[in-house]
Amino acid sequence: MEAVRDLWRYRELFYFLAWRDVKVRYKQTTLGIAWAVLQPLLTMAVFTLLFGRIGKMPNDGIPYPLFYFGALLPWMYFSTTLTTSGNSLVMNANLITKVYFPRVILPTSAAFSGLVDFAIGCVLLFGIMGYYGIPPGWKLLMWPPLVVVLFVLALGVSMTLAALNVRYRDVKYTLPFLVQLWLFVTPVIYPTSIIPDRYRLLVGLNPLSGLIDAFRSSLVPARPIDWQLLWMSSLVTIALFAAGAVYFRRTERTFADIV
Amino acid sequence: MAHAIVVEGLSKQYRLGEHQSDLLQERLIRWFKHPFSTNGSSGAETIWALKDVSLRVDDGEVLGVIGRNGAGKSTLLKVLSKITHPTAGRVTVAGRVAALLEVGTGFHGELTGRENIFLNGSILGMTRREIERKLDAIVSFAGVERFLDTPVKRYSSGMFLRLGFAVAAHLEPDVLFVDEVLAVGDAAFQKKCLSAMDEMRTGGRTVLFVSHNMAAVENLCSRAVWIDNGEIRLDGGAKDVIGAYMAANAEACSLAADLTSNRQRRGSGDVRFTRVEFLGADGSPLEFLSSGDSVILRLHYHAHTAVVRPDFEIGVFTDLGTLVTKFSTWIDYEIQSLSPGGGHLDLAIGCLTLLPGRYFLSLWVKIQGPVFFDVLEQCLQFDVEASDFYGSGKGIHRYFGIVFMPSGWTLNTSANPAGDQLAEHLANGAR
Repeated sequence: MEAVRDLWRYRELFYFLAWRDVKVRYKQTTLGIAWAVLQPLLTMAVFTLLFGRIGKMPNDGIPYPLFYFGALLPWMYFSTTLTTSGNSLVMNANLITKVYFPRVILPTSAAFSGLVDFAIGCVLLFGIMGYYGIPPGWKLLMWPPLVVVLFVLALGVSMTLAALNVRYRDVKYTLPFLVQLWLFVTPVIYPTSIIPDRYRLLVGLNPLSGLIDAFRSSLVPARPIDWQLLWMSSLVTIALFAAGAVYFRRTERTFADIV
Repeated sequence: MAHAIVVEGLSKQYRLGEHQSDLLQERLIRWFKHPFSTNGSSGAETIWALKDVSLRVDDGEVLGVIGRNGAGKSTLLKVLSKITHPTAGRVTVAGRVAALLEVGTGFHGELTGRENIFLNGSILGMTRREIERKLDAIVSFAGVERFLDTPVKRYSSGMFLRLGFAVAAHLEPDVLFVDEVLAVGDAAFQKKCLSAMDEMRTGGRTVLFVSHNMAAVENLCSRAVWIDNGEIRLDGGAKDVIGAYMAANAEACSLAADLTSNRQRRGSGDVRFTRVEFLGADGSPLEFLSSGDSVILRLHYHAHTAVVRPDFEIGVFTDLGTLVTKFSTWIDYEIQSLSPGGGHLDLAIGCLTLLPGRYFLSLWVKIQGPVFFDVLEQCLQFDVEASDFYGSGKGIHRYFGIVFMPSGWTLNTSANPAGDQLAEHLANGAR
């Protein structure tokens, strides 16, 4: 209870730290905010060419650029957050050893700052949909709740990684590898439809599968949302978040001593 | 009167001797070797940075905290401000707390002065509206009006510090913890900081002020506590505590110490050190020690019972606690027995190879077992002065390290015999 009151008292720090991350990121680079546009666009172009036109990946009737962009947007948010949020405690060691504030603010604000890029990407997405003449259907209303689940998932995993990172610096080196592997087991490059039914349960255990599939499906009227997979993903998300929060709570009192 | 701060039986333990953040690999290996050991860090050395500290600070009181480096002052501040958790004990702080352990915490070089004011203010616990309201006052206090929209990475270090303190000075906490921040900046700014602190005091705030600046502590604080080895050694009026601390320090730094009244000792007491002193090679008292001196270190002892084969040991440490060297009778001077009564043991040091700086002596007397009769850690603090050891007109500076080795240089160029021999040798080998 006291923890919740503490968080409320420091609510503005969330905003300022997220704002700092965004501001510094765009200030330090020459291209600035253009990166938020270029990164998913270029990746989309490469995926479309390689896996789409050349690899002839089944696309469930969605134009390749939209097929890839719709999945890359949530995927890139997830992978970026894992990296920034997972390193947030170590990167802000000087704050942790000098000032008190609820430590969970650091990974959380990092997860928030990634949403800015995500929002910019959404604008692009509407542009692509317009280009292909796809009218926005009712299913687009699914995006806000999907983003919430995505945020909770990214934060839950990041809290665990961030807390582990304080004690074991191996995490920092493992992270890029983990992100890479996770991309391959997630239906970003391929659709869920090519996975044989007997592996469905296994696929559902990766919470990103149902999420990214739902993000993709809600773009076009023809493709139904796989509710079963989405529910499975959401349940795993809640479990991962709870585990992350508990682990973080249990270890946070030693952060200042060992970071 | 209500208490703003109540500390009860506070202890804080730190782990030593192990990397602070260990590698997962080591942890896993340890786990495979001892899967049932609950303590993954078994064998790690620990130290108590704070031991059973109890303290009550009244509302509106300004308390100074003094003590040597590493005595536990900063740890106390960190525990009080919730940055780190105590190992044992309880802390209650009433009201809104602000801790200033560093000026400009969280400043980011890429952000402008204005942006950093908001960032730093919110890190210190101010609300956005509060910062907006105080922005002008903060800016004029720091004197950075013209550079408000310049990234702080272009600020001079003075401007940086001024801005940092300006934000902090406009906090309105009920309880404020300050650590040494006044030790920075130029004299004029320090004065400004002191008067800002003084204002906080008159504003009825409770302040806990950690500093090495005795004048500032005496000026600002009505009461002071002296922390030594993680414990409160003295608590009372600021003047009295500072006086006692200074006296102890002055006594501490000398070439001789009376050890009979030293209470920070361990051991069974069968043999006690009574005095330790540096003497000249001829046995005369010394005014000061210089690098390269020939000296005698005399240990006076009193044996309360007869002991067989005692070992005397002397450790020399830097002021940061690094062991420089140890002397032990066990190595080169076996003592068969000591009969009851007093006496002294002389250690002749032909050449004191310590570089200028401050050092500590620790003393042990024990028998194999090991059974310690008397252990006195850091019982003598002494300074070594620079000397012109090589007669070159240049002293060996403290930046050259901890010790020097009496030595001489010889230059050999290829024109001299040694070089020729090498050339010949190579030529032979080639043939």
